[in-house]
Amino acid sequence: MAVDRTSGRHKVFLGMAPGVGKTYAMLEEGQELRRAGEDIVIGVMETHGRLDTARVAEGLEFVPRRLISYRGVELEEMDLPAVLRRAPAICLIDELAHTNAPGVEHVKRYEDVADVVAAGIDVVSTMNVQHLESLNDLVAELSGVRVRETVPDHVLADADEVVLVDITPGELLTRLREGRVYPPERIDAALNNFFTVENLVSLREVALRQVAESVGAQRIAYAGAVGTREESLQSAASQAVGDRLLALVEPNPQAQRLIRRAWRSAARLGADLDVLWVRSSRDMSDADERGLAALRQLVSLLGAELHVIDSDDVERAVAEFAAERGSTYVLMGRPRPASGLGRLRQPLPMRLMRRLEGVDLRVVADRAQRPEREG
Amino acid sequence: MIGGVLLVILGIALGLAAGWWLPPNGRRPVAVRRGGARRILLPFSGETISRRAMDSALRLAVAEDATLMPAYLASVPLTLPLDAPLPARAETVLPLMEAIEQRAARRGVVVDSRISRGRTCRDALSRLLASESFDRVVVPAGDGSDAGFSPEDVAWLLAKAPAEVVVLRPGPADHEVVTGAVVRGHF
Repeated sequence: MAVDRTSGRHKVFLGMAPGVGKTYAMLEEGQELRRAGEDIVIGVMETHGRLDTARVAEGLEFVPRRLISYRGVELEEMDLPAVLRRAPAICLIDELAHTNAPGVEHVKRYEDVADVVAAGIDVVSTMNVQHLESLNDLVAELSGVRVRETVPDHVLADADEVVLVDITPGELLTRLREGRVYPPERIDAALNNFFTVENLVSLREVALRQVAESVGAQRIAYAGAVGTREESLQSAASQAVGDRLLALVEPNPQAQRLIRRAWRSAARLGADLDVLWVRSSRDMSDADERGLAALRQLVSLLGAELHVIDSDDVERAVAEFAAERGSTYVLMGRPRPASGLGRLRQPLPMRLMRRLEGVDLRVVADRAQRPEREG
Repeated sequence: MIGGVLLVILGIALGLAAGWWLPPNGRRPVAVRRGGARRILLPFSGETISRRAMDSALRLAVAEDATLMPAYLASVPLTLPLDAPLPARAETVLPLMEAIEQRAARRGVVVDSRISRGRTCRDALSRLLASESFDRVVVPAGDGSDAGFSPEDVAWLLAKAPAEVVVLRPGPADHEVVTGAVVRGHF
């Protein structure tokens, strides 16, 4: 694995939740490397009593764990000095987020991994996405469960490879019910708390996106590192073919979120972004003036363009503008509830859908709020 | 008798007309609700914002039914026009603003973000003070490290801000920050 560099390489198997098969995947890779003649050891492995997982480790060399006495309890921890003395080519180290017993070299296992990598040893490790520090709040919001053991983002960002170990929520729940994840006495509690379909779907989405972002960042870094300017421009141009986003705003605070969403979508598509406010003939209030100035500042930071068109026919103004600019994707906020005779008309998104043929329309919803519970 | 019946019919007709005319639920639509009239400014200039300052501002906003106004102070190098696009800055600031808004939304606080440019952070803040109105400013005082406002900045703000300034003492929890990484890939 490691070539032409003094420090080792770090590969992480990332999963959405316990039981998806991260440790299994790590060990299978270890077996393949062993068969290929690599000098490989297991620094630490957490099977959680799973027989399948233990079986796949057979034949691999273990560095024995050391016993640490803490408050009268004997705890087993990875023996970092022994791993460094053994100095294999590759070391398998399970569960990056683990907190070590007091008294060893580091508080957290990912710090042990950093030492091993710094010693020139390649490391293959595992972690669950909910342990990523920056996602802690998000995962807590999505799943209602807050985890205590976290791993700083730079650990994953600095990893040379991140591999997603992915299974469907249904398959994971089947594994759980069959006792292949936790022992029987813990299954009911797990099903009632963390392992709900909703939680797993959310966590899976988070994990998929996390890896997608990592891949995107690596692609950009790689392109920047090896490409000429012309090649970069060609690459950028090929991504931008045909796509141009249009964000419909009004000068109110909600517009800022809409623009952020539009900017993020434009960045992902490699597309340009226009921002449009169709100003009606009524006088602008002070709040409108301030809101417009705030939008101008935001849009100028992004390098996008803010256009203001005076018209009382929003639908027509948007359609003409979109046609003129070649917009392929329109984002707008949730329309205000109509009153009076306005109720006789279709809502603006429906009218725009009909009028803007071939253009995708996205209505950015108000932010959902979910209660959070400790877990 | 007939007059009474006509009055009843007229009343019903007026009631129906009012119900038809008003927006659903007879209230102002959520999409244009602007939060309280009071505004709390929370200026920041880096890639993170002190969690303590954020939480303090949110507590005040909840207590006073105020709108939170997080404001990014962008210092633009002299080599660039003041209104030049700053895409690299946007990569960190927009996720941070999203993270702030998400945190505020969980507390039910309305957010109205701002970006102010200047040649220095103080210049950007000065321009913001001149163009916006608010009732309070919440700033974390620095402890000599990069985080927080320096004593000179705090003194300047106290002299210039046309509002009540809440300065948070440096505290042991100042290393805890709100960062845009929390929403990476999720908005």
